[in-house]
Amino acid sequence: MPPSILTINGATHSFEAGQTILDVALGSGITVPTLCNYKDTTPTGACRVCVVEVEGARTLLPACATQAAPGMVVQTESPRVVEARKMVIELLLASGNHNCLVCEANGECELQSLAYRYQVTTPDFANPPDTPYYYEDDNHMLVRDFSKCVMCGRCVRACNEWQVNQAIAIGYRGAHNKIVARGDFPYVNSDCVFCGECLQACPVGAILDKHAIGQGRPWERRLVRTTCPYCGVGCQVDVHVKDGRMVKVTGADAIPNLGKLCAKGRFGWHFVDHPDRLKTPLIKENGAFREAGWDEALDLVASRLKDIRDKEGPEKIGGWCSARVTNEENYLMQKLMRAVIGTNHVDHCARL
Amino acid sequence: MTTNPGPCAIVPTDNLKPEVLDRLEAIIAGRRATPGNLLPVLHEAQEIMGYVPAPMQAAIAAGLNLPGSDIFGTMSFYSMFAWKPRGKYIVRMCQSPPCHVNGAENMLQALQAELGLAVGQTTADGLFTLELSACLGICEVAPAMQINEVVHGNLTREKIGQIIADYRAGKAPDFRQLPYSTKDYRHYKHCPAEPVLMDNVGLIDPMEIQAYLDRGGYGALKKALTTMTPEAVVEEVKTSGLRGRGGAGFPAGLKWSFTRPLTVTPKYIVCNADEGEPGTIKDRYLMEGDPHKVLEGMAIAGYAVGASRGFIYCRGEYYLSQHRLQHAINQATAQGFLGEKLFGTDFSFNVEIRSGGGCYICGEETALIESVEGKRGYPRLKPPFPGVSGLWGRPTVVNNVETLSSVPAIINRGGAWYKSLGTPDTSGTKIYQVIGHVQTPQIVEAPVGLTLRELIDTYGGGLRPGRSFKMCQTGGASAGLVTAESLDVPMDFGSLAEAGGALGSGTMLVMDESTCVLDFLRAVAVFFAHESCGQCTPCREGTLRLLQTITRIYQGRGKMEDLAFLERLAATLQDASYCPLGQSAGVPLMSALKHFRPEIEAHIQEKKCRAGACQAHPS
Ligand SMILES: Cc1cc2nc3c(=O)[nH]c(=O)nc-3n(C[C@H](O)[C@H](O)[C@H](O)COP(=O)(O)O)c2cc1C
Ligand code: SF4
Ligand code: SF4
Ligand code: SF4
Ligand code: SF4
Ligand code: FES
Repeated sequence: MPPSILTINGATHSFEAGQTILDVALGSGITVPTLCNYKDTTPTGACRVCVVEVEGARTLLPACATQAAPGMVVQTESPRVVEARKMVIELLLASGNHNCLVCEANGECELQSLAYRYQVTTPDFANPPDTPYYYEDDNHMLVRDFSKCVMCGRCVRACNEWQVNQAIAIGYRGAHNKIVARGDFPYVNSDCVFCGECLQACPVGAILDKHAIGQGRPWERRLVRTTCPYCGVGCQVDVHVKDGRMVKVTGADAIPNLGKLCAKGRFGWHFVDHPDRLKTPLIKENGAFREAGWDEALDLVASRLKDIRDKEGPEKIGGWCSARVTNEENYLMQKLMRAVIGTNHVDHCARL
Repeated sequence: MTTNPGPCAIVPTDNLKPEVLDRLEAIIAGRRATPGNLLPVLHEAQEIMGYVPAPMQAAIAAGLNLPGSDIFGTMSFYSMFAWKPRGKYIVRMCQSPPCHVNGAENMLQALQAELGLAVGQTTADGLFTLELSACLGICEVAPAMQINEVVHGNLTREKIGQIIADYRAGKAPDFRQLPYSTKDYRHYKHCPAEPVLMDNVGLIDPMEIQAYLDRGGYGALKKALTTMTPEAVVEEVKTSGLRGRGGAGFPAGLKWSFTRPLTVTPKYIVCNADEGEPGTIKDRYLMEGDPHKVLEGMAIAGYAVGASRGFIYCRGEYYLSQHRLQHAINQATAQGFLGEKLFGTDFSFNVEIRSGGGCYICGEETALIESVEGKRGYPRLKPPFPGVSGLWGRPTVVNNVETLSSVPAIINRGGAWYKSLGTPDTSGTKIYQVIGHVQTPQIVEAPVGLTLRELIDTYGGGLRPGRSFKMCQTGGASAGLVTAESLDVPMDFGSLAEAGGALGSGTMLVMDESTCVLDFLRAVAVFFAHESCGQCTPCREGTLRLLQTITRIYQGRGKMEDLAFLERLAATLQDASYCPLGQSAGVPLMSALKHFRPEIEAHIQEKKCRAGACQAHPS
């Protein structure tokens, strides 16, 4: 089918069936602001930040959820559009406690960017700061601060459509709407597996990485792209580093994980700086460990293995390797066991 | 009102009693094969303990193989479900405009004093829980409340005392034994023109199919099935000019003609019996008084568009309607008017009732469809329209009770005959409802085109002695106001829209000069803030700000800038909301500003209520 044509802000653009107005606009370098829209999840058209004017339509339409149609004439920044967007941003700012000063999201918050782009200040009809909002701080990984939640629903779609953990849903009705886990319980009492996908999806500071709180602003941190050390999937991660120390880990939008991570990859990195971490080999003598050099330790292991093989036979020895080393290292381990020791007892912790 | 319910629920540690679990498991087993079974299961499960505690939610999730959070996410959307213990009797006091302008706030105070409760609380003896409700569809007896299934209307302090005393003494009426929910239709003043819809109401026993058959019932279905092609039925309805009676006035025949040719199966007919628009009470009379007519209309619609399955989505508070309809379905099925191969043809049609859960938005057709599918009642984006992709993605015709009930007469007597009734804009007859400050609030079926003056004077018994007409909210809570200059406008879709109102559901909320326009607007704003589904920002947050700002002005704490803000807000609501609820939430306000701006400004500048109705600052 030949591509069809529509007009955006006076210029014509071609599009293919199935594309939304937003797809066409972004593909043509026109930025239409969005908030609830989240990569590769069902567009809900709910936040109304992306509304555009379409000739002949009675109301404004959400660019993210409206299919492009041949001959459509679209305005993305007309006065009518800007007026509605500003009011939507005002309403969102007023819906919670949006004092950016100590907010973790400051500098990477999508609501803040919207307010800046449309020069919307906190409206004077904002809630008094003492409005009771639920604040969840009872687990080791995530903090949920509902005074910042804009009910975009991205976390719900991330949990349900990306991770398929189905741990959270939108609950209640109207202005009482709230993200709920099970019977509106804390995450720890729900089906949540702490993958942190909701954290990654949240456009504002409503879901926080607990250990990163107060550990530095986005612009103070350096990103290091690396591979998660935990399992064979090899997820790409961005390690956020400030002053030579890790602050947090986020999923990188790259093959194979496309931003997703599991609880271990996202939150299980604190061994890096842990005081209990092994820095030298230890040798146990008379029931107690003492630090040793690598040569001494390897000599000891080699001689003991040789002893056992010669006296008891090779089948008394087994090799057990780790999922946290590379495939090549695992290959060498089994080679050592089979070819040097002569045993087939080889296993791997990922079988657990 | 806060924007957030505060701290998380307490995580329960208790388990369900074995006998509770047994009953629950039986319910789940019985419903496992029902598509969209969550809401029916929740309704039935709630009957066991009066609420659905967390362990029960967990058991339902496991039993229906649904995510645990979806159970709570869905049930907490609907007003009628509870997850904490409640009293044996749920007292629901209506706070919507029709009851509000008739003194519902005073009656609420009386109720609170009588029960010794604040809203949301339960008496120590576990007998009563007091709740506020949006319009209960019983406005002809405003101010009104419902206690479990039973309506108590025309409340006074004395009456409230008596009612509560009766319940305390164990004298709770059984709704199934009542002849009707509110009033006897036969005692209303009737229009001299021949009725098309209400011809049986009050005259036949709604629990006896034979009574309906004796009046020619199911003759139209037989005629359609045995002598007409489906296309001919669609044509006949097109010829009739019948426009949807749910509020929007879309031509029914045209709607059917979009669905008829689609080859996707199965298709569905949905009868919209949610009747949540404040002031709207008409469908209840049809369902309680002549349930078979609704079923016959549905079956004809099913034949016309090629649907073999129908759902009646009836609001949860209409217990008697659901009871009568279910009985009618059973009888009609037993006698071969519903079921397989009707009248020896290949056409089969089955009907199932689905109960709402106390949500106005579920009357919106796509939210209704989501609800039947067992989800939160969030409207869907259109297009696609339900006629193309509705229930479970299949073509679904949604029509109002009154629309469908008009169909048998159209088939019996022809579309041309129907078209000859009413006005060129809107053919046929209409059930008008006159409520508010009139002497005899009632419904009346009349050929479309009755004027507001006739409705008020002839059928509403005129205004109360010594009072004069101030304004009328037309068509429901989401439409504009008209003033005395529009009293002679013929009430059809086109003329009322031109006058700045709307025919909507045909309800006319009449208000005399004792009404403060801000007080009225406040009740409207309470309604929208309570009923916004919360899916989109403008309506979720905007209806709350609308309420807060109007309340502030009403209380004498307003600023002139508030009016500018309200106008901006109303414009964004209209322009950027997702569905018609939000789009119309600011319409009454804009209309009031057009007609009564000086009165509103006086509240701000002079701290004065010209109607002398505000408690904060009497004139
Ligand atoms: C917020 C909202 C509430 C509605 N409530 C009802 C209702 O209670 N009953 C009804 O029949 N239609 C209601 N409607 C209209 C329906 O969406 C739909 O147009 C109607 O059921 C179609 O039937 P009809 O063409 O026969 O009128 C409502 C619409 C909106 C936007
Ligand atoms: S969530 Fe965004 S807008 Fe709100 S306080 Fe934080 S940075 Fe500011
Ligand atoms: S952490 Fe993962 S499982 Fe838990 S709610 Fe967030 S996305 Fe869902
Ligand atoms: S927690 Fe974040 S992602 Fe989830 S709804 Fe709130 S703002 Fe959106
Ligand atoms: S306009 Fe209101 S009712 Fe409609 S989708 Fe938006 S929040 Fe829901
Ligand atoms: S991004 Fe389109 S409606 Fe939210």
